[in-house]
Amino acid sequence: MDARRNDEPTSTENRTTVVRKSDRELVVTRTINGPARIVFEAFTKPELLKRWWAPKSSGITFISCEADVRTGGAYRFVFGHPSSEQPMEFFGRYVEVIPYSRLVWTNEEGADGGAVTTVTFEEKAGRTLLVMHDLYPSKGALDDVLAGMEGGMRETLEQLDEFVASLGANLEIL
Amino acid sequence: MVQYLRPRLDASFAALSDATRRGVLEQLGRCDASITDLAEKFHMTLTGMKKHVGVLEQAGLVITEKVGRVRTCRLGARRLEEETAWLERYRQLWALRFDELDKVVEEMKREEKIDGRKKK
Repeated sequence: MDARRNDEPTSTENRTTVVRKSDRELVVTRTINGPARIVFEAFTKPELLKRWWAPKSSGITFISCEADVRTGGAYRFVFGHPSSEQPMEFFGRYVEVIPYSRLVWTNEEGADGGAVTTVTFEEKAGRTLLVMHDLYPSKGALDDVLAGMEGGMRETLEQLDEFVASLGANLEIL
Repeated sequence: MVQYLRPRLDASFAALSDATRRGVLEQLGRCDASITDLAEKFHMTLTGMKKHVGVLEQAGLVITEKVGRVRTCRLGARRLEEETAWLERYRQLWALRFDELDKVVEEMKREEKIDGRKKK
């Protein structure tokens, strides 16, 4: 608990929480000190997004940031990270854009269908409660993510295990 | 965005994917057993069972210990701690992002006030 407090020294009331809400859902929440109108703008203008989405201490740096924030509009974020030689790309489409209250986008960089992210902006007394909700296409897809594996990798390993086990069994018969 | 947090490949989920291996875990939950016992119970060859136990052992789900000529298996301590660890790393990334967002929003609020005064 102490470690958690240390990484957010500014205020304990504005804590970031992450919960696996169900087999297929991940939810992140945080209250931001500002009205929904401004917070929404910081989510939807690329020049503003760039200033916070890749925090320095995370090691991620923006290479490019394109976001056409309107229903059907596309986004593409390209990042660099010291642990990776190749730049990393994240892209998808905005499915729903309701000014100052709701944003929905797809995450299409994965091999199979990725998660759909819904962000809601709820203003209360000049502050905004952000709820980011990721809905994965299946339990397996979220399990993959939580196990640190790329789409399909877990399944591939499972099949490899079975194959190796069957080889062993066959050798025994021979 | 979650791919940044890819830790080392973890064998837990792969280990749990197989019906025999889940059966072995269930069995070991009741009592410790040797590989020979397990092979018999699951109608498998010794080699086949050794492979399964090997997968479970690598995933940290089973611990084996050789006493004399018998290798005994028991349940390992690690379960879904990996998932908890991942969620905490993910939370930290978003906490960092939102701290920066707070700064950006603070600045935007200040600018708005200045613009508001200018208009008056």
